[in-house]
Amino acid sequence: MLLIHCPWCGARDEAEFRYGGQAHVDRPPDPNAVDDREWGEYLFVRDNPRGRFSERWVHSAGCRRWFDVVRDTATNEMSAEVPSRSGRR
Amino acid sequence: MTSPNRLDATVRPGRIDRTRRLRFTFDGTELHGHPGDTLASALLAEGRTEVTTSVHRGRPRGIVAADRTEPNALVQLHGDCPEPMLPATRVELRDGLVAESLSGIGWVGDRPDTAVHDKKYVHADVVIVGAGPSGLAAALSAGRSGARVFLVDEQAELGGRLLDGHERIDGAAATDWIARAVRELAEIPEVRVLTRATAVGCYDHDYLLVAEHRTDHLDTVGPHQSQQRLWHVRARRVVLATGAHERPVVFEDNDRPGIMLAAAVRSYLNRHAVLPGRDAVVFTTSDSAYSTALDLLAVGASVPALVDTRPQPPAHLVDQVEAAGGRVHPGSTVISTKGHDRVRGARVTELDEQGCLSGIPYEVDCDLLAVCGGWSPVVHLFGQAGGSLRWDRTAAGFVPESSGTHLPRVIGSARATHDLAGSLAQGLAAGAEAATACGFRIAAPRVPPTSGDRPNSRPRPLWLVPGMTKPPEQWDRHFVDLQRDATVADVWRAIGAGMRSVEHVERYTTISTGQDRGKTSGVNAIGVIADALMVDSPGEVGTTTFRPPYAPVRFALMAGRERGHLHEPVRTTSMHSWHEAAGAEFENVGQWKRPRYYPRPGEDMDAAVQRECRAARTGVAMQDVSTLGRIEIVGSDAPEFLDRVCTSGFAELAVGRARYGMMCGADGMVLDDGVSMRLAADRYLMSTTTGGAAGVLEWLEEWLRTEWSELDVYCTSVTEQWAAVAVVGPRSRDVVARLAPDLDVSSAGFGFMEFRETELYNGIPARISRISFSGELAFEINVARWYGLATWEAVAAAGADHGITPYGAETMHVLRAEKGFVVVGQDTDGTVTPLDLGMDRLVSRHKDFIGKRSFARQDTARTDRKQLVGLLPLERERLLPEGVHLVEPDVPLRPPVPMLGHVTSSYRSAALDRTFALALIRDGRRRIGDVLHAPFEGSSTAVEVTRPVFYDEEGARRDGVEHG
Amino acid sequence: MTVLNTVEPATGLASLRRSPLADRAAEFAASSADGLRGVRLSEEAFLTQVNLRVPPESPALLAGLERELGLALPHRPNSVVGDERDAVLWLGPDEWLVIAPEGRADRVVSRARTAMADSVGSSVDVSADRTTVRLAGPVSRDVLEKVCSLDLHPRAFGAGQCARTLVGRVRVALWQVGAEPAYRLLVHCSFAGYLADLLLDAMAEFTHA
Repeated sequence: MLLIHCPWCGARDEAEFRYGGQAHVDRPPDPNAVDDREWGEYLFVRDNPRGRFSERWVHSAGCRRWFDVVRDTATNEMSAEVPSRSGRR
Repeated sequence: MTSPNRLDATVRPGRIDRTRRLRFTFDGTELHGHPGDTLASALLAEGRTEVTTSVHRGRPRGIVAADRTEPNALVQLHGDCPEPMLPATRVELRDGLVAESLSGIGWVGDRPDTAVHDKKYVHADVVIVGAGPSGLAAALSAGRSGARVFLVDEQAELGGRLLDGHERIDGAAATDWIARAVRELAEIPEVRVLTRATAVGCYDHDYLLVAEHRTDHLDTVGPHQSQQRLWHVRARRVVLATGAHERPVVFEDNDRPGIMLAAAVRSYLNRHAVLPGRDAVVFTTSDSAYSTALDLLAVGASVPALVDTRPQPPAHLVDQVEAAGGRVHPGSTVISTKGHDRVRGARVTELDEQGCLSGIPYEVDCDLLAVCGGWSPVVHLFGQAGGSLRWDRTAAGFVPESSGTHLPRVIGSARATHDLAGSLAQGLAAGAEAATACGFRIAAPRVPPTSGDRPNSRPRPLWLVPGMTKPPEQWDRHFVDLQRDATVADVWRAIGAGMRSVEHVERYTTISTGQDRGKTSGVNAIGVIADALMVDSPGEVGTTTFRPPYAPVRFALMAGRERGHLHEPVRTTSMHSWHEAAGAEFENVGQWKRPRYYPRPGEDMDAAVQRECRAARTGVAMQDVSTLGRIEIVGSDAPEFLDRVCTSGFAELAVGRARYGMMCGADGMVLDDGVSMRLAADRYLMSTTTGGAAGVLEWLEEWLRTEWSELDVYCTSVTEQWAAVAVVGPRSRDVVARLAPDLDVSSAGFGFMEFRETELYNGIPARISRISFSGELAFEINVARWYGLATWEAVAAAGADHGITPYGAETMHVLRAEKGFVVVGQDTDGTVTPLDLGMDRLVSRHKDFIGKRSFARQDTARTDRKQLVGLLPLERERLLPEGVHLVEPDVPLRPPVPMLGHVTSSYRSAALDRTFALALIRDGRRRIGDVLHAPFEGSSTAVEVTRPVFYDEEGARRDGVEHG
Repeated sequence: MTVLNTVEPATGLASLRRSPLADRAAEFAASSADGLRGVRLSEEAFLTQVNLRVPPESPALLAGLERELGLALPHRPNSVVGDERDAVLWLGPDEWLVIAPEGRADRVVSRARTAMADSVGSSVDVSADRTTVRLAGPVSRDVLEKVCSLDLHPRAFGAGQCARTLVGRVRVALWQVGAEPAYRLLVHCSFAGYLADLLLDAMAEFTHA
């Protein structure tokens, strides 16, 4: 049971959260301006590193807010919890 | 009548209560013991050396250990809740206990277990596992700081191995020091101590599971008292003081009853006042077994040979043993034993400098062989937490290597610090450090002086004594894992088959896969593998992965109270009590209980559903639709937001009107659907599917937070603010007119997909909409949830003279399928676009929305994708099972059969007087009119492919039919 | 039509309401116990609950809201301002729950909308969405610790604090209202029966000792 630090509610059990996959995968601003290959990468292609990985969680059973976390996929050490936002801003 | 192997109290008092005598039955024989005994110590006291036969080879086996490492003496407990495969060393003796020996698995009862198992969550600053000298010391120093401390130990008494020996701390017996520590800990309010509690799992972020036995030792148990409790422990710092396990040595015929671990013999002697044998050969690789030899000699047993692998054991130890009448055989090894149901003698020979056998073997008679092959630190929890290990040559064991803030701190014997003074010092320091790290600053206390300590000079490790004659492939009486009956020959067979990794060898040979998880066999197996592979040390072989649980856990404990009616959360609507009283059959939709149909006496589901369908199509019927998800979407950008997330347009929807909408994922696949109402210019009420409500809300929030945070939109779940009743059928207008006297319900005054705020005749404020999921004239009455039951009863009363019929989800499904309305999650599966469903008119050409771009992807744009179609079996009564596949009619039914698609919905229709189905079929729309086959139940059913609308395709019934 | 007119709207509306745990009051009382090892379970039905969403970066708007509502909004996470009668619970960085005696929802919503007139934000009546379960008594924390993984030790959670969390597998807003301790569990109505079963089961070792 991971202990996840919600940027707002504080540390809570993993059971209160849902995983949202890789963070900072920005939707192309004009989807029609990209070709199938680029669009396909936006939809389906994600990093899968051993080590530090930026990912998105939502505090489903708590404040219901989305936030980003850097997690080491080898040790599950988590840090840098911040509210989610698009990488463009 | 005294037990034959029980020592007189004047010789050894032991930690048993001789004033009480406990009766127990083992394999049908009545035997006796005392409080403080385990089943194993009582059996040994009664002279029961052989307790079982081995699982595959049928060889006699006896008690080996005094703790949970016991590989042989597994027993079956009888009683109200029979329990199999418990080590006799872990069963506390109680009066009336009935046990039998086991060879292999046991049995469970045929009645439900009535014992209560529960769980509890606890948070602590410092969690300490193990209350031997180092763990107790850590608890004392951490506890004095004011930190929240949680100390667990799996034995009934605190003190660990100190209870087995004669050490002195601070000038007094170690047991006095323990008693003082126990008293002090009990007086610190923030210290909690659990005994009979085994830490079975250690997980990320300092999370532990601890299984506590609460009542096994009690004579009576209250009805709500939990027998076992699973503690979920969140720590800020974890200190592991889990000690070390003594391991045996692998030699020929090393499995005979009477061959025991040396420390276990000492524990039985001192703790239980039991002498397991009169003439003992002690075989050791290190100092610790000298204590066993001295204690044996002290109580009058003979030690004809103390066989030490080391050529020069510490002289003072040798002197002590020989002064007491024993004889030390340095630089020697036991090579085999004789006897059958009991060891009768050991063959001994010399070891040369390289560790090869030399000299002339000789025999020493004995009825007890006490063996110490070395000490393996108990690093299981550390390994589970992700810590890595290294082979320590000096200590001859795997010890914790890595450390870091995310890993538990390991102290005492668990990190191969076997001397008492060192263990106390490490414990006091670790407790103070952990507390300080949690903000409770404290210095480590003075380390008390100790004496009578266990000597601790360098061991000469040995895990495998070669056979005298045959090659290792044939050493099939050199047992590596007693419980699995696995031998050196088995390991060589695995190596010969190409196995190299310890993980593979252990799976191939089943070594370490028994109930004891290889606690006595694991390291020896690694040593044997190292020899077979001719590598330098066990460290090069490495260990298997440590996975929870450390010790077996009952399934009942894992389930806890989440069984029976508490197994899964149950959600009910405000009208549930009415449905129950009406005899509804329920179905689970997610966690919701929804009425499926309301059978009348003598009706089966088909008959009830047909009757309910007829009522909805020809008269009037009512359904509880409270379970649909509802989200209030508010803000000046709400219209824009809905336009972006729904396939159809909502910005131009007039206030007071409703519209059906679909949501797609970014990949263009249907995600959810529902009707949304525009309550005000900046306010919508979106409805979702019953199961999709929570997911849709998170989906909307994700887009608002991460992509479109510039939008002024707020989403609030109001699913349960509302209760809703659908009133359906040609007569529904009459019923609603009576319910809402102020409302103009005429088709001119109240159009389709409009809603009105009104009051029911009884004053209940209501929002009534004209939406239909059946194709019939229909209304949906929404009221505050607390008025739900009153409203349902009012609808039933208002429709009574029209014979209003309550209907359930099954009927709803038939009605909607007749109209070709899909159910997301039934007719779709995450690979279906709105275009595949033929819903082109709901897909806006004029605006962008989530998923639209994906419709133009090469694969999504194919015109031969699986598409929604209708199916009519040529035999009108034949009902297709949902999920059945469809194939070309002439295709041979030999695998691989090319599949065209599958049935998603299939029902009997009262309106059509036949069966029908919906299906997703490759290139389906072009196949309309074709005949396909649905092979199932051994035959093939011919079906005609049709358009997916079976009833009132022109929509004539939506506004009702005129009647006088 | 006679059957339809037996209820007088003016006096009858309250009698038409039914809270999710209305028919279990006697069972709760029978399963509760007083004394040093006591714990009591009850339902507090029909409290006014209004969900507020306000961007916290608009201090003027927040101040206006507080003026209009006559209540301060707690800014510290997991905290409550007010008392058991009138209170505001922190639910998230831009989300609050106003609690008031029953029947006040329309007033609270309209005042909030007045305050937010030309600004962003939302106020939604959710009074019927959740009911309130009260768990009180010297061992109520021990009971909750059997079903809730939150750290409820007085060093971590005390009177005047709240948290949206899980009890069993049910989402609740947990609010400690007193030091006894006493808790309110705001639970979605459909889960109320299951939550009550779960709590009664956890209480049994104390109340049927």
